[in-house]
Amino acid sequence: MLSLPLPIPTKNTLIPLRPKHSCSRSTRAQTHPFSPLPSPKPLKPLEPTTVARVALREHVQEEEEEERRDRSALAGVSPEGEPLPSELQDDLMPKHVAVIMDGNGRWARQRGLPASAGHNAGARSLRELVELCGHWGIRVLTVFAFSYDNWIRPKVEVDFLMTLFEREIKSQLDIFLREGIRISVIGDSSKLPESLQKLISDAEEATKANSRLQLIVAVSYSGKYDIIQACRSIASKVKDGALELEDISESLIEQELETNCTEFPYPDLLIRTSGEQRVSNFLLWQLAYTEFFFARELWPDFGKSEFVEALISFQQRQRRYGARL
Amino acid sequence: MVKARGDSASHLAGGLDSFLRKCIFSILSVGPLPNHIALIMDGNRRYAKKQNMAEGAGHKAGYLALMRVLSHCYELGVKYVTVYAFSIDNFKRRPEEVHSLMDLMLEKIEELLEEESIVNQYGLRIYFIGNLKLLNEPVRVAAERAMAATAKNTKAVLLICVAYTSYDEIVHAVQESCKAKRNETEALNATKGINSVPGVEEDMKINEVIVCNLQVSCENSSSKFRALNRTTACNGVIGVEKKNGVAVHHPIQGTSEDGWDEVASTTRNGEIEGNEESKEKQVVLPTIKVLDIEKHMYMSVAPEPDILIRTSGENRLSNFLLWQTTNCPLYSPTALWPELGFWHLVWAVLNFQRSYQYFEKKKKQL
Repeated sequence: MLSLPLPIPTKNTLIPLRPKHSCSRSTRAQTHPFSPLPSPKPLKPLEPTTVARVALREHVQEEEEEERRDRSALAGVSPEGEPLPSELQDDLMPKHVAVIMDGNGRWARQRGLPASAGHNAGARSLRELVELCGHWGIRVLTVFAFSYDNWIRPKVEVDFLMTLFEREIKSQLDIFLREGIRISVIGDSSKLPESLQKLISDAEEATKANSRLQLIVAVSYSGKYDIIQACRSIASKVKDGALELEDISESLIEQELETNCTEFPYPDLLIRTSGEQRVSNFLLWQLAYTEFFFARELWPDFGKSEFVEALISFQQRQRRYGARL
Repeated sequence: MVKARGDSASHLAGGLDSFLRKCIFSILSVGPLPNHIALIMDGNRRYAKKQNMAEGAGHKAGYLALMRVLSHCYELGVKYVTVYAFSIDNFKRRPEEVHSLMDLMLEKIEELLEEESIVNQYGLRIYFIGNLKLLNEPVRVAAERAMAATAKNTKAVLLICVAYTSYDEIVHAVQESCKAKRNETEALNATKGINSVPGVEEDMKINEVIVCNLQVSCENSSSKFRALNRTTACNGVIGVEKKNGVAVHHPIQGTSEDGWDEVASTTRNGEIEGNEESKEKQVVLPTIKVLDIEKHMYMSVAPEPDILIRTSGENRLSNFLLWQTTNCPLYSPTALWPELGFWHLVWAVLNFQRSYQYFEKKKKQL
């Protein structure tokens, strides 16, 4: 019935049915201990003919060049500086982009790999996106790394993710310092391991003066929880007499939310990968007027061209904020 | 003669149409059905421009579309339908347009209360959700009259959001919660039963979000959320599982902190568990929890939506039901609101059914 050709043009066509077995991850994780990630670029088999060998050599050289470029890009020294693609207009770029990085597990399952491989590939995707945002003048990038609701996942996976966060922060800190990237972490950090908490606060401290791009990582975050903690903070001020009940306003709540660490707390564009069309308790208050873009690709497959597609879609939107244009 | 034939032909077509609709609805009913559908009725003005109609005519066409969509929803068996009729932001539009919208609303509210209207056809209870004080007097009076007149209906519910934004709803809920907690505090202090007030802290499962009822300390800590996330507070917190609506909770080893020490002395199904070791001499104050905020929301009269449909292809929420749609799929057909039809609804319900199993499992896990 789902394959009936319906005469309804839908802007975001929903993806074909894919079995959603996220819940079966628990059994898988227990029987498949997290193994090291296989190389992302599989080597091509050697061919016997001379012509083919020459072609192969050239291809291998090309690949090496690409890898070198990748590495130097990751090291923060991009040789080309990644200019803005011609399809995009500089003055219509969003100031704040938010991303729900969904689909690592499915990506790994499709390739018969353990979930850890998916998360590692996802981390790579994120590094690329951070670099692009830095070059294209986006001021704030908020990413949903780990939801408060994700704590129910199997312990093996959660522990792996905590290790991954630590590893990534440690390895990327130099790049952040060099590229002028400021890192902030929002969410209930009390549930994180002590070592990670310390690492986060050190990284935040070290990069707080950077101003080119602010990377906000939402870890153990929930949009509702954010509002509740803002309310509690306001309530305590009312109790202390510092505030009257009548003073409680929208801007007051905005100031108390965890996104008060940035000059642009409201995302202009929200991208969610893997075809899911919902917000899932991410940045509730802040998304009131945000344009949504639902990408079909899984997060590890979300690269520069997909990001450009999202930005093009954003630039074509008419944002009216309730009034008439 | 020809006219009569034409009439009977259209009558036949209408009957066939209705029969076909009933068939498809009964097929859909085999699977799970959404309990609550939310609609953002976007695109009236663009529709009027497209059809070369007069300016206000787009909204009138929108009203007709609304009646059509509502009858489809209620025929299908959906119990709650929420529509975004007028946002607080819409007051920014030109005064003539706002005025004509208010007039249209008044006219249609009166129509709804008539005998043959959809209200009586489906036994609808009507709620007007929003900051009604911002509406002009005649509209507000009519809205209140409509709510009172339909208060006894129980078959289905129609929630019309006027002068509504989620921001306003949340701010209002916060104010009410603060007021309620302040009254509760005063009552507690008045009875002088501070030492014997039992200390209970609970994790509450509310709408699939586990909110740790943390001890908020107002100590001078650099970052606000660190103040909330004292490891000592969380160490003792034990999860509460909602088993068939009965919350089983465990007492917590409290720690003493300066500032906002709180103990939730709430009872859950009449059970109070005491913890005498904690906070013997401190001022105990009730905390604000997710439930308190939700209780004071305008939308507390309905469960969370299962599907959110926004027409005209726009992919944003525009300050509508931000709190209630955290796990709700957003469906954005490119059709303008007056063009929204039966098949769009069917498509939305089919997709709801497809992801239903997955989300039920997820809800149970939480």
